[in-house]
Amino acid sequence: MLKALASLGAATLAFMAATGRIVIFTLTALATGLSPPYYLRVILRSMLDIGYFSLPVVGLTAIFTGMVLALQSYTGFSRFAAESAIATVVVLSVTRELGPVIAGLMVAGRVGAAMAAEIGTMRVTDQIDALTTLSTDPLRYLVLPRLLAGLITLPLLVVVADIIGVFGGYLVSIYKFGFNPETYLDRTFQYLHTSDVVSGLVKAAVFGFVVALMGCYHGYNSRGGAQGVGQATTYAVVSASILILVFDYGITQALFSQ
Amino acid sequence: MVRGLRKSFGRNRVLDGIDLDVMAGESIIVIGGSGIGKSVLVKCILGLLRPDEGSVRIDGVETVGLRRKARERLLQKCGVLFQGSALFDSLPVWENVAFGLIQGRGMERAAAKEIALEKLGAVGLGVEVGELRPAELSGGMQKRVALARAIAADPEIIFFDEPTTGLDPIMADVINDLVLKCVHELGATAVSITHDMVSARKIADRIAMLHKGQIIWQGSAAEIDRSGNPFVDQFIHGRAEGPIHMEVRIL
Repeated sequence: MLKALASLGAATLAFMAATGRIVIFTLTALATGLSPPYYLRVILRSMLDIGYFSLPVVGLTAIFTGMVLALQSYTGFSRFAAESAIATVVVLSVTRELGPVIAGLMVAGRVGAAMAAEIGTMRVTDQIDALTTLSTDPLRYLVLPRLLAGLITLPLLVVVADIIGVFGGYLVSIYKFGFNPETYLDRTFQYLHTSDVVSGLVKAAVFGFVVALMGCYHGYNSRGGAQGVGQATTYAVVSASILILVFDYGITQALFSQ
Repeated sequence: MVRGLRKSFGRNRVLDGIDLDVMAGESIIVIGGSGIGKSVLVKCILGLLRPDEGSVRIDGVETVGLRRKARERLLQKCGVLFQGSALFDSLPVWENVAFGLIQGRGMERAAAKEIALEKLGAVGLGVEVGELRPAELSGGMQKRVALARAIAADPEIIFFDEPTTGLDPIMADVINDLVLKCVHELGATAVSITHDMVSARKIADRIAMLHKGQIIWQGSAAEIDRSGNPFVDQFIHGRAEGPIHMEVRIL
C-alpha cells in the first residue's frame, strides 16, 4: 500500500516538475521577443514549413472528414427525417471542432516531429552551443520564431481546411444523396455565425502554439545521441496531441458553455 | 585565469579544483584521456556549463554567473572550433562562416559574405565551396569550414575542441598547420584540448595534463618528454601499462 502511494507521489511530483520546466521554457522563449533582434527570415521559413507544406495533408484530411461527416449524418438523421439538417451539422462541426482539431493533430505529427528532430539533432551535435558562442541566443533564434509561426499559421491552415471540409460534405450530399445544390448552400450558411468560425480559429492558434512548443521543448532538451533525438520526436507528437485534446475541451467549455 | 574550478554531474566529479593560467598570445593545450573532462573544462570557461564552484576570469572579467548580454559581449572576443564541427545543416557554407557576423554583430549580408569567402580562402577552400551545404563536404573540409567560422570575426581568444579527431594523419597535419597560421596571423590566444600528441607537440607553447579532475602537470611543450611524471609519461607514449588504468571489460 505504501509502495503504491510512493509511486503515485513520485509520478505526481515528476509531472509537476515537468510542467514547471515547460512553463519556464515557454516564458523564457517569449521574453526574448520583448527586445530586438528579430529573425524575420526564420519566422517566414517556419511559416512556410508549417503552413504551405502542410496544405496537402491537411486538405486531404479535411475533404475526407467532411465527406464522412455527411455520410454519417445522413445515416443518423434519415431515421427521423431530419436530412435537411446535414448541411448545418457539417458546417458547424467542421468550423467549430473538426477543422482545428484534425488540422492540429496532422500538423503535430508532421511539423512537431520535424521540429523536435531538427532541434534535437542540433543539440546533440553541439550546434546549439555553437549558436551561443556566435553571440546568438538559441531561444531567440530557434524557438521564438517557431512559436510565432505556429500561432499565426495554423489558423490560416484551418480556414483552408474548413472550406475544403465543407466542400467534402457538399460533394457527398449533392452527388450521392441528390440534394439540391442551392438549398444545400443556403442551409450551410443559414445557421453559421461568425463566432463559430472565430472559435475554431482561436483553437487553431492555441493548437499551433502548442505543437511548436512541444516540438521545440523536447528537441531543445534531448540528450543521448540518436536515441535521445528519436525519443524527443515521439514525446513531441504524443504530448502535443494530448494537449490539443485537453485545450480543445477547455476552450470549448470556455466559449460555449451556458 | 581559472581558479578552483569544480564541476560534477550527479555523483561523478569531473573537475575537482582546476587552476590554470593562460597568457595573452599563448597557445596552451590541455591533454588527457577520453572522457576525462577536457570538453567540460572548455565549456565551463566559455559559460556553456555553469561550474559548481570556482572562478574564471577573462581579461580580468569574472565570467561565472555573468548575465546573458554581458556574456554575449564577452563571447564576441572568442572563436570556437567544436569537435564535430557543429556546422548548421540548413545554411550554406558561406552563411555558416558569416553567421556570427550577421546574427551576432548585425553586419550586412553582402559584406559578411565577402569576409566569409576571404576566410574560406585562408583555410584553403575555394569560393565555390561557399554555396555548398555542410552535408556535401568531407570531414576534413567541414573542419576547415568550422575553423573559418571560428576566425571569421578575428577573435582574440580561440578555443579548439579536438581539432584533429576523426581525420586521417595528412588532413590532421593540414589542420595543425592552419591552426598555427591562423593563431599566428591573428595574434590570438589559443586554448586547445586534444589527446592527439602529434598535434599537441606541433601547436602548443605550453601543455597541461588533466587527470581525475585536476591538472597534474603543466609545462612547455619542450619539457613534456622530461616531465618526470609517470602519468604524463604513460599518456604521451601511449602505453597501456602504467599508473593510468583504463577499464576494459572482457567479453
